Amino acid sequence: MADTVEFELVAPEELLFSEPVELVVVPGAEGDFGVLPGHSPLISTLRTGVIAVYENDAVNRRIFVSGGFAEVTPERCTVLADEAVALETADRASIEERVKADREAVDAADEADKDNAVSALAVSEALLAALDTAGQA
Amino acid sequence: MPSLKDLRIRIDSVKSTQKITSAMKMVAAAKLRRAQEQAEAARPYSERMNRMLGSLAEGLPTGAGGPALLAGNGNDNVHLLVVMTSDRGLCGGFNSSIVRGSIGIIRRLLDDGKEVKVLCVGRKGRDILRRDFRSLILDTFEEIGRKSLSFADATTVGNRILSMFEADEFDVCTIIYNRFQSAMTQIVTPQQLIPFRATDSHSSEGEDNTVEAEQSEGPKAVYEFEPDEQEILEDLLPRNLSVQLFHALLENAASEQGARMTAMDNATRNAGEMIDNLTITYNRTRQAFITKELIEIISGAEAL
Repeated sequence: MADTVEFELVAPEELLFSEPVELVVVPGAEGDFGVLPGHSPLISTLRTGVIAVYENDAVNRRIFVSGGFAEVTPERCTVLADEAVALETADRASIEERVKADREAVDAADEADKDNAVSALAVSEALLAALDTAGQA
Repeated sequence: MPSLKDLRIRIDSVKSTQKITSAMKMVAAAKLRRAQEQAEAARPYSERMNRMLGSLAEGLPTGAGGPALLAGNGNDNVHLLVVMTSDRGLCGGFNSSIVRGSIGIIRRLLDDGKEVKVLCVGRKGRDILRRDFRSLILDTFEEIGRKSLSFADATTVGNRILSMFEADEFDVCTIIYNRFQSAMTQIVTPQQLIPFRATDSHSSEGEDNTVEAEQSEGPKAVYEFEPDEQEILEDLLPRNLSVQLFHALLENAASEQGARMTAMDNATRNAGEMIDNLTITYNRTRQAFITKELIEIISGAEAL
C-alpha cells in the first residue's frame, strides 16, 4: 500500500492544493478526523476549523476552512472548502481589518441580513483565533 | 456633391470612432483572457462537486422521497427562468441571442398553460424583456461581477432562488446563459437547476470524461456518511446550486467579452473600409474641383 494519500483542497474559485501527503487532519462536522492511506470511504460535512497537513510526523501546513465538504477514499482525500486560507501566508493585519469590517456590518445590518452578518463575523473571528493558535504552535 | 470640408470632417469622425472600437477590442481581449483563466480555475470545484453528488445520489433511494431540490416538489406549474445577460451593451448579438432564446421558452411555457416568472441577471436583458413581459419580471440583479466575478456573487443569486423555492413560489427553475465555445461562437444554453438534473453541461469539456473514467475503473466504494446522507445532501444541494450558477456566470462573462471582442473587431474593420472609401471620394472631389477651376481659367483665357 502506498504510504501517502492524495490530498486535494478545492475552493470555488480555484484548486488550492493537490499533492500526496502522509496524514491530513480534517475538521469534520462531528469531530476532527485524520486521513491516512487506506482510509475507508467517507463523505462528511466540515465545520469551521483548521486542516492540518502532516509530514514526517509533524504538522507541515495549516489551512483554515470556513466550512465545506470532504470526500475520502482509500487513495484520496478531497476537501471542497467554502473558503480556505493558508495560515502560513496569511496576513494578520488584513484579517484584523476584516474582523473589524464584519463587526461593523453586524451592527449596521437590519433584521433580514443579521444572520448572514453574524455568521460572517463568526468565520472571520475563528480565522483570527486560528491564526493566533498557529502562531504559538 | 458634399464639399471638401464636409468630407474631411466625416473622415476625422470615422477615424476617432475607429480608435475607440479598436481600444475596446483590446480591452475585451484582455478581459476575455482573464475570464477564461477564472473559468479554468473554477472547474476543479464543480467537477468534484459533481463527483460527490454522484456518489451521494447512488446511495439514495430513487424516485420520490429525496430532498425537494433533487427530486422536485412534484409539480410542474410555475417555472422560474433566470436570464443571464450583461450590464453593458456593444457586444454584438450576445444579449439579443439570449433574450431571443428566453422569449422562445417563455412563449412555449405560456402556450402550455404554465405560469412563468423571470429573474434577470444583468440590465440589458431586463431592458429588452420588459417590452413584452413586464408583468413576469420579478427582479433584476445588476452589477454582478462588475469588477471581478466572485463566488459570493453566485451565492447572492443562489440564496434568492432558494428562498423563493422554499416559499413555494415556483416549481421548476431553469437558467439561460451563453456557453463559451470560442470568441466567435457562444451557444445559448438553458440548464435546469431545480429539480437538479445530473449535469450534461460539462459534456463538452474533455477533462470531465477522464474523471468519470477514473471513477468507473475503481470498485464502487460504499461510503460512510457523517452526519447521515440526508443532512449532507441538505447542505450540499444549495451549495451545488450556487456552484452551477457560478459556473454559468463565468461562462457568460467569458462569452460577453468574446462577443464584444468580435463585434469590435468587425467595427474596426468596417471603419477602416469606410475611411478608405471616403478618402477616395475626397481625393476625387478635390481633383474634380481642380479640373473645374482649370477649365474655367482656360475658357476664360480663350474668350479674350
